[in-house]
Amino acid sequence: MRLIKNKIEHNGSGTVTLCPEEPEDMWHAYNLIRPGDLLRSSAIRRVTTVQDTGSTSSARVHLNLLIKVKNLDFDPHSSQLHVSGQIMNETAHTKIGQFHTLDLEMNRNFTLEKEVGADGEGVGWDSVAVEQLKDAVDEGGNRRAEAVAVVMQEGLAHICFIGQFQTILKQKVEMSVPRKRQGGGDHDKGMGKFFRVTLETLLRQMDFNTSITSGAYNEAVRPVLLASPGFVAAGFHKYIQSEASTTTPGLKRLLPSIVVVHSASGYLNSLSEVLQSPAVKALLADTKYARETKLMDDFLDELRKETNKATYGPREVESAVDQGAVGRGGGVLIMSNRLFRSQDIAERKRWVALVDRVRDVEGGEVRVLSSDHESGKRLEGLGGIAALLTFPVVEEEPDSEDDSADAD
Amino acid sequence: MSRHRVKNVGYDDDEFDDDDGYDSPDPEEQEFLQQCTAAVVGQLRAGQPSLTATTEEVQEALWHYYNDIDKAVNYLRGVYLFPPSICPRLLARSSWFAGGGVCMCKKEKEVKKQAAPAVQKSRVQAGKFTYFVYTLVEVLDIVLTGLPVPGFPAPLPAAAHFSAADFFRDCPWLNVPAHRKADILVEPLYPRLGLLGGAPESGGKMSKLAALAAARKKKEGEKAAAAPEVPSTPQPECLDGPPPKPSGTPLSLSERLAASKLSKSSETNGGLRRLGRPGASVSLPARQQLVPEPSKPSPPSLPEPTKQEEPDTKPEPQKTTPNIRASPSTFASVILGNAAGPTMAEPSHLNSNNVDLLQIYGQDHAEPFDFAAPSPDDVVMNAQSTAKGFKSKPAGPKAAGGQKGQSDLAGGMKDLSVEEKVTVKSKNLDVVAEYNKSTRKKSASFVVIGHVDAGKSTLMGRLLADQGAIDQRTLDKYRKEAEKIGKGSFALAWVLDQGSEERARGVTIDIATNKFETETTAFTIVDAPGHRDFVPNMIAGASQADFAVLVIDSSVGKFESGLKGQTKEHALLVRSMGVQKIIVAVNKMDTVQWDIERFQEIEQQISAFLTTAGFQPKNIAFVPCSGVLGDNITRRSEDPKSLWYTGRTLLEELETSEPYTHALDKPLRMTIGDVFRGGVQNPISISGRLDAGSLQMGDQILTMPSGETALIRSVEVDGEPSDWAVAGQNVVLHLANIDPIHLRSGDVVCRASAPIKTITSFTAKVLAFEHLMPMQVDVHRGRLHVPGRISKLVASLDKTSGAALKKRPKIVAPGTVARVVVEIDQAVPLEAPTRIVLRAGGTTVAAGLLE
Repeated sequence: MRLIKNKIEHNGSGTVTLCPEEPEDMWHAYNLIRPGDLLRSSAIRRVTTVQDTGSTSSARVHLNLLIKVKNLDFDPHSSQLHVSGQIMNETAHTKIGQFHTLDLEMNRNFTLEKEVGADGEGVGWDSVAVEQLKDAVDEGGNRRAEAVAVVMQEGLAHICFIGQFQTILKQKVEMSVPRKRQGGGDHDKGMGKFFRVTLETLLRQMDFNTSITSGAYNEAVRPVLLASPGFVAAGFHKYIQSEASTTTPGLKRLLPSIVVVHSASGYLNSLSEVLQSPAVKALLADTKYARETKLMDDFLDELRKETNKATYGPREVESAVDQGAVGRGGGVLIMSNRLFRSQDIAERKRWVALVDRVRDVEGGEVRVLSSDHESGKRLEGLGGIAALLTFPVVEEEPDSEDDSADAD
Repeated sequence: MSRHRVKNVGYDDDEFDDDDGYDSPDPEEQEFLQQCTAAVVGQLRAGQPSLTATTEEVQEALWHYYNDIDKAVNYLRGVYLFPPSICPRLLARSSWFAGGGVCMCKKEKEVKKQAAPAVQKSRVQAGKFTYFVYTLVEVLDIVLTGLPVPGFPAPLPAAAHFSAADFFRDCPWLNVPAHRKADILVEPLYPRLGLLGGAPESGGKMSKLAALAAARKKKEGEKAAAAPEVPSTPQPECLDGPPPKPSGTPLSLSERLAASKLSKSSETNGGLRRLGRPGASVSLPARQQLVPEPSKPSPPSLPEPTKQEEPDTKPEPQKTTPNIRASPSTFASVILGNAAGPTMAEPSHLNSNNVDLLQIYGQDHAEPFDFAAPSPDDVVMNAQSTAKGFKSKPAGPKAAGGQKGQSDLAGGMKDLSVEEKVTVKSKNLDVVAEYNKSTRKKSASFVVIGHVDAGKSTLMGRLLADQGAIDQRTLDKYRKEAEKIGKGSFALAWVLDQGSEERARGVTIDIATNKFETETTAFTIVDAPGHRDFVPNMIAGASQADFAVLVIDSSVGKFESGLKGQTKEHALLVRSMGVQKIIVAVNKMDTVQWDIERFQEIEQQISAFLTTAGFQPKNIAFVPCSGVLGDNITRRSEDPKSLWYTGRTLLEELETSEPYTHALDKPLRMTIGDVFRGGVQNPISISGRLDAGSLQMGDQILTMPSGETALIRSVEVDGEPSDWAVAGQNVVLHLANIDPIHLRSGDVVCRASAPIKTITSFTAKVLAFEHLMPMQVDVHRGRLHVPGRISKLVASLDKTSGAALKKRPKIVAPGTVARVVVEIDQAVPLEAPTRIVLRAGGTTVAAGLLE
């Protein structure tokens, strides 16, 4: 995302003009734009006019609309963001108060305005939003390291794209492969077919050009991680090699970027294991998601050790922060960005306040994990918030809070 | 020389002038022929396998090969070993010749016929050739003598002058619309055995084709009022009086085929002899055949050349006589399956031009042909497919078509539609009663578990080999192949490791089931993989077992590493899946010199562990053994160092297992273990173990979660066809009326009356093997493997009483029992009480009971 214009006031209100450049920027926009914000963007609206005679004519007109955001609809698969809300500016074709859904488009600027109302009905550009904006703006254009992962097992393959902030499951290949039987060659045949379909799907998803004549030969190829339990990934690798040397020489371009790693199963759950494998770490050194995955693993390890130096869940973490356990010297607050996406302004304020407190008052570290990553998903399971503590915090008696816990 | 002989072959009109040909056999040739015959017969007898051929056949062969003994022998071998292997297809082909040949231009016919003898090397061709030759033998009986025949008739001109159009002038084919011709051509093909070879069995019996031809000829002969006997006819079964015909009289197609072929051959023969190259190719340019032999002495042969030039369409007066015109080609009539040849020879329906085509074959069908019955094409296909072995498919539409009258055309059409529904009659057995009645051996299935490379597959391979479930030859083959890739010690494991990948890597990947029987029990072995990556497969295997055999590698270091590895995990898994009895096979004792101390150490450690895992001490047995050598498996070890062990061998230990009872009267539940193509007859088959209930052939079943119904076409229990199956048995079901995309391994088969529910969330009481927290897990139940997550830790429980110790724990430590809520992404068929396993990151984190 490119930052075109930045006019954020000290009190937190102000406007920012941004230009999305790649699909993942839509995800950033999705996180930045909150209900209640003002969004200006060009739009195409179908305008129907009724003549005096009663005949109608409709035309599509280009408009520059300013809407007050009511709702966001994000499709991670195609990276499309639809923002619906009420029109705030009057044009020749629309009235104030009419509803419109803006489809944000790549390489087309949009302007986002956040306001802090006098009575605090808006949140403005709070610290988290500013942080997110920083994340979103890719100054050098060099953060595009991403990989394609194929997590597979017999008869099942998940093809997903690992980006900076998102892991998108692009396609799932599912096929019934006959099991081994006495004297039957069905299994090998089935696996051959499975490999063929998976490769075709993978190439299609990657937009990989297999022709050698076209100029695509010098295009950079993203790393491809093949992961599976047992020998499926290795078999698939071998299959790609044999395809490259026989039928589709264009595949040779792909071969150097393939890494075969182990995973416990063919489901996306095992992606964390894939990202933690040394081969992948070397390949994608120090990327954001690798750090996030590491952080989650550290946290879970601490939790397993039962030293009480790790806790999770909204209430538990808040109480730990209150006790000053998430502070200097190792305290880490881990939050999923889903919490900040809340429709409820009070809810968001609660979490932003917590973040500000840990960062500014306690001196601890705050890590906001992308809920669309594998590590974020693990965090989601824990309630979206967890903390590594500087000293053990003894849990309160569960009995006393049974009711409040159930109410959660 | 051979001209004369040919005459009596082909053309009846010639025949009565040719008699002298038979009267004057060349004694020299005759003698030479006898010698050759003797030589050939001798060679045939001597050969492997030894054959006996009749003199006629031998001589015929010799005749074709110009007395080349070797070739004749070869040919006869071919004939006998691939007995006129005219598959139905070929037969259809020849029938096509019979019928369709009429429409063919003469030239083409000639070429085809000529080609037949020429290309004997090709097997199909050879078969065809044989077929023709036999026809020749029987019908015309020329073959044997190889007499020098003075004349050299031009056979093809003769064939040509019976123009097809002429001959079948009033035959329906000429007037019938083209699309109907197919109906004529493709008769219901139920080849009669006699026809195929036409081989004169032991030379005595006359083939039906020959009989037919003979009868017809007789008739024609009578009509012609001239029937000179041919006294020198060498064989009785041949037409004793080949009746002469007026030269314009049409011949049956078979006769013409035969004649042209024969004369062609003879012509070739003559021609080649003239050239003095007896071994040369048989085929001759067609031009030669078309030229009438100038030297032909017999008067009736003279008109032939002229006839040849006659316009094809010219009708001839005689043709109105029914008994000539009436006959469809001999082939057609014979192939039609109408046994009574003569009746076919005078079908009255051919008298008029506007014959209803359908009536022709109406003779075979009692009712007029409505199109509800399978089309002739279908009939041919069916005949072919029956020959190949599928039966059930055609049965449906056929039966349906038979019942439908003409009025029910729409219904008939429906039956012909692509999605034909298969119906299988249920025998409506009371399966449970049937099961109680049956006097089966007690059966038990066990799963073989243990750490990777503990020798599970080898041990089971040994057990199967020693029990005779695997024959020695297969075993030797495995041994040789295994040694070839440098894995000689894996030979026994190959009995169970059938996958190419498994063999190449020497690791069991998927479960393999096999069975063997002792005097008292029929055992089903489920060999599970030991590698940690394949624990899901092992879980599937364990869910099919009544008890378990835990194999432990006793060699130094391996036992210890196994204990950390899958030995413990597997044991815990089988226990938590409900297995009560476990036999511990302490394998590879030969590598530690049958050290009793080693054995005791292992016994101590393992039994301590198993007891804590929940096995009762009386259900644990230890057997020291060696899978590679076979010691203490089925036979007692003879190694002097192992004499300290006096307990039971592994097999004896297995036999102590008590029969297991299964829930026969509960609603049907079966987890699909595999979906595969069970062969051509059974395009969709599933295998698995019946968890509860019973089923029988013809039952309607419901598969969940797809919710599709299917029909059980047939049932196999332990590889044997059966009418029914009950809980506890490993079965293969061949299904119909379902698309395979609705079937996946892990799905559950049940009945529509008592369906299993699909759920997306459940509460389970589990024993934690690892720390439990809200986390992503894989849920396993048998073959079912789905991703899910623990969404809530409800409480940790007291192990014995089940009372809640702590509500909403943050984390559950290993070894404690907890109640958890698991959410699953997709709806899966699960119902309480069932045992589930939760795994995460390649390790088993918990196992327990769904509540």
